[in-house]
Amino acid sequence: MKFGLAHTGNTLIVRIAGELDHHYTDEIRIRIDSEIMKPYVQNVVFDFNKLTFMDSSGIGMIVGRYKKIKAVGGNIYIMCGNKTVKKILEMSGVFQFAKICDDINDAV
Amino acid sequence: MKKINEFSMKFLAKSNNESFARSIVGVFASQLDPTVDEISDLKTAVSEAVTNCVVHAYGTKAYENKENMIDMHCVLYDSGIEVTIQDTGKGIEDVELARQALYTTAPESERSGLGFTIMESFTDNITVTSKPDEGTKVTLLKLFKHLQ
Repeated sequence: MKFGLAHTGNTLIVRIAGELDHHYTDEIRIRIDSEIMKPYVQNVVFDFNKLTFMDSSGIGMIVGRYKKIKAVGGNIYIMCGNKTVKKILEMSGVFQFAKICDDINDAV
Repeated sequence: MKKINEFSMKFLAKSNNESFARSIVGVFASQLDPTVDEISDLKTAVSEAVTNCVVHAYGTKAYENKENMIDMHCVLYDSGIEVTIQDTGKGIEDVELARQALYTTAPESERSGLGFTIMESFTDNITVTSKPDEGTKVTLLKLFKHLQ
C-alpha cells in the first residue's frame, strides 16, 4: 500500500495505491483526518486510480471521512480504475453521496 | 465435484495476515486458470472472512495478548475452489442478523457492515456456522466459469 496526500486549493487529494485492507485503514484515517481538520479543506478526492484491491474496510474509511467533510458542507469525489474495487464501491452505496470522477479537474 | 488438490494452514489472527491469506488463496486457485476478475472476487471474499476473525472473533478484551489462530482450508475441485476459514473466537449469536447488509457490532471503529454481503455476492455459495464462545466457520465456494 502506498499513500500520499496533496492539496489543490480547498481540495484534499488522497492517493492510495496497491492494496487497501483493514491493516492500513486505521493508520490512513488518522492521517486524513488531521488534514480534514484544517479550516481551508472543503472537499476530498480519493484517487484510487492505482488501487488494485479494496475490501469493506475501505468503505468504512470512506463513509467515516464523508461524515466529517459533510459537517463542513464539503463533498467527496472518487477516481477509480479497478473493476473489482468499483464493484465494491457500487455495491456499498458510496456513490449515493460520493461523486465519481475521471479526472482531478472534474473535482476541483 | 471431483477433488484435485487441497491444503490447510494455520496462522495468527493479525491484520498483516489478511493480505497473506488472500494472496495464498489466489495463488492456489490460479492452478485452475480462472480469470483475473474471478481471482479478485475470491481474494476479496477471503479478505472479508479473515478480517472478520481479526476484528470480531478475536477483537474483544478477552482475546487480547493471546495467540489467536485462524484455520484456513482450501480444496480445489474440477469446477472451482472451496475455502473454509475458521476461528475459535467469541462466535456470533445471531448469524442471520450478522449476515444482513450494513449490520455491524463495531460502528465506532468504522466497520461498514458489508463483509458478509461482499462474501455473498463475490462467491457462488457461503455457509456460516457459529457458536457463542466457541467460534465461527465460514465456507466459501467459488466456481470458475470456464470449468462449468
